[in-house]
This record gives sequence, structure tokens and C-alpha cells, in this order.
Amino acid sequence: MAEISIRDISKTYGKNTIMQGVNLEIRQKEFVVILGPSGCGKSTLLRMIAGLEDITKGEISIDGTVVNALEPRQRGCAMVFQNYALYPHMTVAENIGYALKVAGVPKAARLERVAGVAKSVGLGEFLDRKPGQLSGGQRQRVAMARAIIREPKVFLFDEPLSNLDAKLRVQMRHEIRRIHNQIGATSVFVTHDQHEGMTLADRLVVMNKGTIEQVGTPEEIYERPASVYVAGFIGSPAMNMLPGRVDASRGAVLLDNGQSVPLPAQQARAANGNLVQVGLRPEQLFLASPASAQLTATYVFQEELGSGRVYHLQIEDIPLCVVSTEKRQMTEGDTVGLSFAADAVHLFDAKSGRRVARGTADRVLEVTA
Amino acid sequence: MIERTPILNIVTHLILIFGLVVILTPIWLAFVAATHTLQAVNSHPIEMWPGDQLLINLREAWAQSDFGPKFVNTLIVSTGVVLGKITLACITAFSLVFFNYRGRIVIFWMIFITLMLPLEVRIVPTYAVAANALSPFQTIMDAIGLTSLINMISGIEVALEWNLLNSYTGLILPLVATATGTFLYRQFFLTIPDELVEAARMDGAGPLRFLWDVLIPLSKTNIAALATIMFVYAWNQYLWPLLVITDRANYGMVVVQLSDLVPDQLTTGGGTPTWHLAMAATLVVMLPPIAIVIFMQRWFVRGLINTDK
Repeated sequence: MAEISIRDISKTYGKNTIMQGVNLEIRQKEFVVILGPSGCGKSTLLRMIAGLEDITKGEISIDGTVVNALEPRQRGCAMVFQNYALYPHMTVAENIGYALKVAGVPKAARLERVAGVAKSVGLGEFLDRKPGQLSGGQRQRVAMARAIIREPKVFLFDEPLSNLDAKLRVQMRHEIRRIHNQIGATSVFVTHDQHEGMTLADRLVVMNKGTIEQVGTPEEIYERPASVYVAGFIGSPAMNMLPGRVDASRGAVLLDNGQSVPLPAQQARAANGNLVQVGLRPEQLFLASPASAQLTATYVFQEELGSGRVYHLQIEDIPLCVVSTEKRQMTEGDTVGLSFAADAVHLFDAKSGRRVARGTADRVLEVTA
Repeated sequence: MIERTPILNIVTHLILIFGLVVILTPIWLAFVAATHTLQAVNSHPIEMWPGDQLLINLREAWAQSDFGPKFVNTLIVSTGVVLGKITLACITAFSLVFFNYRGRIVIFWMIFITLMLPLEVRIVPTYAVAANALSPFQTIMDAIGLTSLINMISGIEVALEWNLLNSYTGLILPLVATATGTFLYRQFFLTIPDELVEAARMDGAGPLRFLWDVLIPLSKTNIAALATIMFVYAWNQYLWPLLVITDRANYGMVVVQLSDLVPDQLTTGGGTPTWHLAMAATLVVMLPPIAIVIFMQRWFVRGLINTDK
């Protein structure tokens, strides 16, 4: 229903700049997840959209209207807070209907809408309870209902699932996605949990230290991370990074320890002589016999996952992970061979940390920083 | 901290009982004195057990002190102080906690400092202001030359005057204008999570709406506590009413009336001290504050049990 346009946003507190030159276009009905570690500015960005935080520089517009100077209530946004922020002295029904009460909706119409919304989130029988008598998941539903009833153009979620236990979190994740589809509002969801981000998002925004590192679909971000930072943040266990130097004559990256990782000729030529980081995802590495392997490493220990195992290895003193469904018994110090597909190799510039393009097919979708 | 120490338990109970005895003995003696005749009360050694004169003494004391209208007066003043105090404390703390403006900290500290200046300390200036509540403005106008300017232009001599002596306003206002309640509220408001404020903003509630719909309902127990403290404080005022009220017939307060019954050289003129009446009156005067404390205590204990936090 609404598109949000964020143009060159900066935020400073006194002398501290916590956000610089952020640009982002959010399309209608899109579910955008802003992902980043704590302190990266993701919540601040969300709160600036909501109108709870002043914008130091730049412009935010919703549906073509610049909202910088508008009060939160005039922006047509509804927000779900991390700690739910329910009014403790009001019943569930009063909590849900408060925005309508403030807006002056007559009582009869209000109660009808409250009942409708409460039913849609499964709170029908709790309308007379106080928030203190509800479980975490139920409080979360009240917070959602309170947002839904305003029929907002934009839904804002500030880490709403981080206080729930793991099982409930998955359940509420589905609920949020269902409600988003049903209502058709534009949603912006802030989280530090990559699983939430990957599963919920139409598009992911990865933030780092007040700037946007990469914007893209979850798939794009997983398959073509724009930087070492994104590569390390998305995926679990994190992507393995091996430092080395590109050698075009051998069509490979020579790792510091003398081993080499083959590269496409075009890419090797373009980056000849550069210091790089070679990224290999743990789930795209396979155990092989040392003789036929592309890399060899030393075994350290392993972790059982049930469906497979995480093998912790070392190449010289650089740690390396392999996730495999194959279960092998090994002892510390064993030599392990590793193989991988040619397109599993990610290349990053050692100095800037940015991705080195593999060719024209691998155009990195990134936002100018 | 939970400890299993029988000896410590006994000791703490002994201290409690000792405290209770220290507090209750004078009240008991007052009660006993109120139940005896003039002769019995002044006999030696003092009576330790109640006699049968209570109702007679109460009636006599009530009539002598003209307690009927004085109770009404005191009730008006105490209620006025309670209401004024709650309102003032609430909006001051609201402003200090939820708004960000220049000089906020300075104002906060100025209010804080008044804690160290109770009414008794600043009684002379307070009296001067009560005699003419507009005198501070007059002083400011004189100082900046506004008075003489107006005089020059229009020929009118500006002399502001608003006398608060011998009025309920004069009794109430100086007791309202202190910092105690402001602090109670400030501390409570500081515990309100920012998210709640923001949720109200997202719901479209302006500051006053937030104050009325969220903060005041949440601070019910605070209001009860403050009301109790302030009612007892106002009821027991002696020095201030003694000063500002010269028209005792219309504006007399019970505690001041009570002091007239307490025998000293002036009142008895060397006659036999009427302790039985003084004590009977004391019992009557004590009742409203005790009733308020008992009533409010029940109320805010209920508030604590039902707490939603």
C-alpha cells in the first residue's frame, strides 16, 4: 500500500555519527528485513521511519510525502515493540482499541473492530484480561493486534520476537508473514537473527556500523555476499576465509601456506597480484581423500548435529569448518582432504573487504556507500 | 535475605515490641486521662486504667473548643492541600521527566533545594508573601522600572495587592508549594519504560492524553501514598495557621484550638489544669488522620497485590 523512500539519511548524537548516507527504497507491499548486530543503527533507522527519532540529515518519504516533520501518528505507521509496550493497566480489548479511542471512534464501532482483530490473531477469549495475566506469545499477539487495528500503510517491527522461546519464535514468524500477506501493508522488520531475516524477508538489508552493506533477496545475499562482513554474518557456521594472493599465470589464488585455490581465468587476470580473501561456505566443502583433494587441512574436533556433523579443521593456524552429512571418525592431527565446486569460491579484496566480481553474471547488487 | 537464626528472631521481635510500647504508652495515657474527672486526673500517682467520664469529657471538650466548624475548616484545608499537592507534583514531575527543554536540570535542582527549606525555616518570607501574594511581582516591576513607566504614561500608581491572610487559600498554598511529592512522582515516572511512551505516541496520544490515560492510572498507588502523607501533614499543621489566621472564629484549625485546651500558665491562670479535657480533645483530633491511614493502607495494599507489572 505504501512505498518508503530513504534518501541520504544521517544521524548524529552530539559529535557521534551513528549513521551516514543511508539510501534505501522499499517497494509497495514488500517485506523488508533490516539485519545487523546490535549497535549497527538498524533500530535507529526504523525509529526514524516511525518518527520517534529525529533525522539529522536527509529525507524519508512515505507514499511520496516527505515525513521528516510529521508526528508519528500522521505517518500512517504502526509499530510492534521488542518488549511489546502494552499498557499494563488496560485490558487486552482496551489495549487493542486505544488508538481508535484516541482517534475518537465511537465505542460501539470500536468494540466491533477490536473483536474482529482479536479474533484474527487468536485472542478472542482473552479480551478482558490484563497484559500481566498473559503469556509472552499472547502479549506479542496483543501488540500485533494493536498495530493491525489501525490499518496502517506501514508495519514496523523492532525485534519483536527476541523475547520469545525458540519454538514460539518460529510460530510467530509464520504468523507475522501470514498477517503481512493478508493485510498487504508494507513491512519493515528489524532483527539481529539471520534465520528470521532469511525466512521472513522479500528483501534483506544488511547493516554494519551505521551504513548499509548490501541489499538483496535472501538468496542473492547468501550466494553473492557483497563483502567479507556480509559473508561472515549470513550463514551458520560462518563462511571460511583464507588469505592469499591472485596469481594469473597459474589461474589460482596462492594461499599463504602454499596451497592454491583455482579461479576462472578471467577473474584471475583481472585481479592479478592482488591480496585477497578466499571465502568457502562450510556446507559447500566436501570431505575427500587427501590424494584427490583440492585443499588439505588438519582435523581438530567435531560437533554432532544429528543430521550431520560440523568438522573443525585447520590449515596452518587458520580455522576452517566443514558441515557434512557424512559421519566420519577421526583423531586430532589427521590430514583431511577437501573438495569444492568451482562456483563455490567467493573472492574478496583483502584491503577493502569488497567482493571481487567473478564475471558479468556475477554483478553484485550493492548500494553505494 | 532469609536467615534461620532463632536468637536474632527473638531479638528483632523484642525491638519491635519495645518500639510499640514506646509509641502506644503515651496514647494509652492520653486515653486514660480522657476518661477521668478533673480530680482523678490530677491525683497522685496517675491513673493507669480508664474511668467512666469519657463521653462527658468529650462533649465538654468539643463544646469548649467549638470543634464543629473547626473540623470543617481543617477538613477543607487538608483536602485542598492533598488535591493541590497531587496535581502540582504530578504535572511538575511529568514536565521534568518527559520533556526535554533548556533549563530543565536547573529547575530540577531548584525544586530539589526547596526540600532543605521547610515551611518553618522560611516562615518570615512566606508570611510576607502571604500578606501580599503579588509582592514578588511588584518587586520585579519596580526593579525593572515598569511601575514608574506606567506611572509616567498613564498617571496610575501600580500597587499590586492580594492578601492571603485569613483565608483558606492562605492556609493551603504555602503547604502545597513544596518538593516532596514532585520527587515521589519523578522517581515513579523514571521507571516508565520509553517503549510505553513511544507506543502511546504511535497510537496518536498527545502528551496530555498520555498523562491522563496512562500515567495517572499507573500511579494510583503513588497518589494514595502521597495523599495519606499530605493529609496527615496538613492536618497536623500548627505554626502556619497560628500565624496567618487571626480570625480564629471563622478560620480556626483544630490543632490550634487544641493547644488552647492544653493547660499552661496562660490558660489556667494558676487554676487546676484541665488535662482530662485536653486529652479528650486530643483523642478527637487524632481520629481523622488515623482513619485516613487505615483506609488508605487497605487501598494501596490492594493496589500492590493487583500490580500488573
